[in-house]
Amino acid sequence: MSDAPSAYQPPPVAIHPAGHGHTPHHPYLQHHFDNMEQQAEASTLGMWVFLVTEIMFFGGLFMAYLVYRWQAPLGFQEASHHLNIYWGAANTAILIVSSLTMAFAVRAAQTSQPARKQVFWLVSTMVFGAAFLGIKAIEYSDKFKDHIIPGPDFVWHGLYPKPAEQFYSLYFAMTGLHALHMVIGLGIMSVITWMAWRKTFDNEYYTPVEVAGLYWHFVDIVWIFLFPLLYLIGRHYHAAA
Amino acid sequence: MSGHVAPKSMYYGVFGALMVGTALTVAAAFVDMGALNNVVMLAIAITKALLVILFFMHVRWSTRLTWVVAASGFFWLLILFGLTMQDYLTRGWVDGTWR
Repeated sequence: MSDAPSAYQPPPVAIHPAGHGHTPHHPYLQHHFDNMEQQAEASTLGMWVFLVTEIMFFGGLFMAYLVYRWQAPLGFQEASHHLNIYWGAANTAILIVSSLTMAFAVRAAQTSQPARKQVFWLVSTMVFGAAFLGIKAIEYSDKFKDHIIPGPDFVWHGLYPKPAEQFYSLYFAMTGLHALHMVIGLGIMSVITWMAWRKTFDNEYYTPVEVAGLYWHFVDIVWIFLFPLLYLIGRHYHAAA
Repeated sequence: MSGHVAPKSMYYGVFGALMVGTALTVAAAFVDMGALNNVVMLAIAITKALLVILFFMHVRWSTRLTWVVAASGFFWLLILFGLTMQDYLTRGWVDGTWR
């Protein structure tokens, strides 16, 4: 810092050849960062702060689940028994595969693999993400046909109709919010794939892939908890009842 | 730049562990263990989440600051669960305190 206040300098234009008044640097280095490491660190840290707010966002729904299930444990088990464990387990596996392909997409950028390899892993991730949403759509339409959408037309033939309606309210709220995150994730991945196709990423600069990956893995983690809490609590129900 | 590049074999290993965890949690759900079912289910889910966070999300190789921020999210979640349940669980302990 010099003593005299310096005159305002307009921000440099996007194209960044060496020697625009200071030492040359990477074209994607923004001027308020010292170097690429600091820039990447700031971005991932910022993403983690966002993910903390996401934990609390989903956390409110998990809290509601805990309270209502605690009040009607048998009702929740009976309601859970009606969910299709095969679709649920298949979707869990699909999301784990998509997390693996996402990790490989980050690794491909990190190791300066050719653009088409980066694109391959990113598109694979999107394909598995879309498959997840397809299965979710099948499940939702089954619930619609069975009249277990909460509301005036809700029909339940079991012992605990009221807790079952509460369970399915939470089921649709939690899986719906999760599915919305998947849709947003597909949008993010589309942009990242386009950037990768334009040869944006290499071992010097891959922060957008890394940060998009953090989001994708987070959505996977939410499902890792949703699957047992929604689909698996009623599996031994008839033995218990 | 380029951070820590983990070998592909590590990612396959974590992937395999996540798949095994999924199979285990499904299998355990069919065994009636009473309240223990919830403990087993959550223990497996937390282990799977930790594997994703540490390896897929690279927290294993991140700075201490990232560790603290990531952990704080789960810490606040426990405050949410803890303080809410200490209300619900203790209602009715004293006459006239239920609802």
